[in-house]
Amino acid sequence: MNFDKELDARGLNCPLPILRAKKALADVASGQVLKILSTDPGSVKDFAAFAKQTGNELLSTAEAGGEFTFFMKKK
Amino acid sequence: MDTKKMAIIATKGTLDWAYPPFILASTAAALGYETQIFFTFYGLQLVRKDTSGLKVSPLGNPGMPMKMPFGPKWFKSINWNMPNAIQSLIPGYENVATALMKQTIANNGVATIPDLRELCQEAEVKFIACQMTVELFGFNHSDFIDGIEYGGAATFFEFAGETDICLFI
Repeated sequence: MNFDKELDARGLNCPLPILRAKKALADVASGQVLKILSTDPGSVKDFAAFAKQTGNELLSTAEAGGEFTFFMKKK
Repeated sequence: MDTKKMAIIATKGTLDWAYPPFILASTAAALGYETQIFFTFYGLQLVRKDTSGLKVSPLGNPGMPMKMPFGPKWFKSINWNMPNAIQSLIPGYENVATALMKQTIANNGVATIPDLRELCQEAEVKFIACQMTVELFGFNHSDFIDGIEYGGAATFFEFAGETDICLFI
């Protein structure tokens, strides 16, 4: 998937992946896509909840070998 | 849509209890909540410039696992709980427990308290220190970080009365 900015939140634990994502989203324009890498298993539910509450769209969530990849489109 | 609001009263002054207010406030701010924390009694320790006084005590806390944050897996999985009566007799026990807790926090990619506090301030979480307890405990405003306001219960209610979430921690 195409993306405009990547955030490496691997090794970070709650709530840092969310806080870093919020910051990273501030650097992209509306409609642009942020790719997020995480190793925190709690981030799967957290990014879904974050998207729901902030109106940013979670395009996809994938897991491979204990690593999670999210694509989020800015509102 | 109206902006959602959250208010927290932080009353505890130990390393473990320092986490919930700052984690919830920073996350709420990231979710778009207007957020305030009112620090009172021992919670004032959380807004001091020097946070080295924040410690964790296994004393009187039967829920705290005591595990080593280093060494081989079998060693890390040992639970070192011992009776409170014995813990209280060992000099420096809290300092050792605090050092181990800080190492565990670092090992798990959890933020430090000064980092989380800064993230809250960057996200415009408003910090209010209870003026009455500042005086009660003999603190000076210079003991506390910049960017906080001082007020009393009425100041807290002015904001808390309009919140969607209000927590006492």
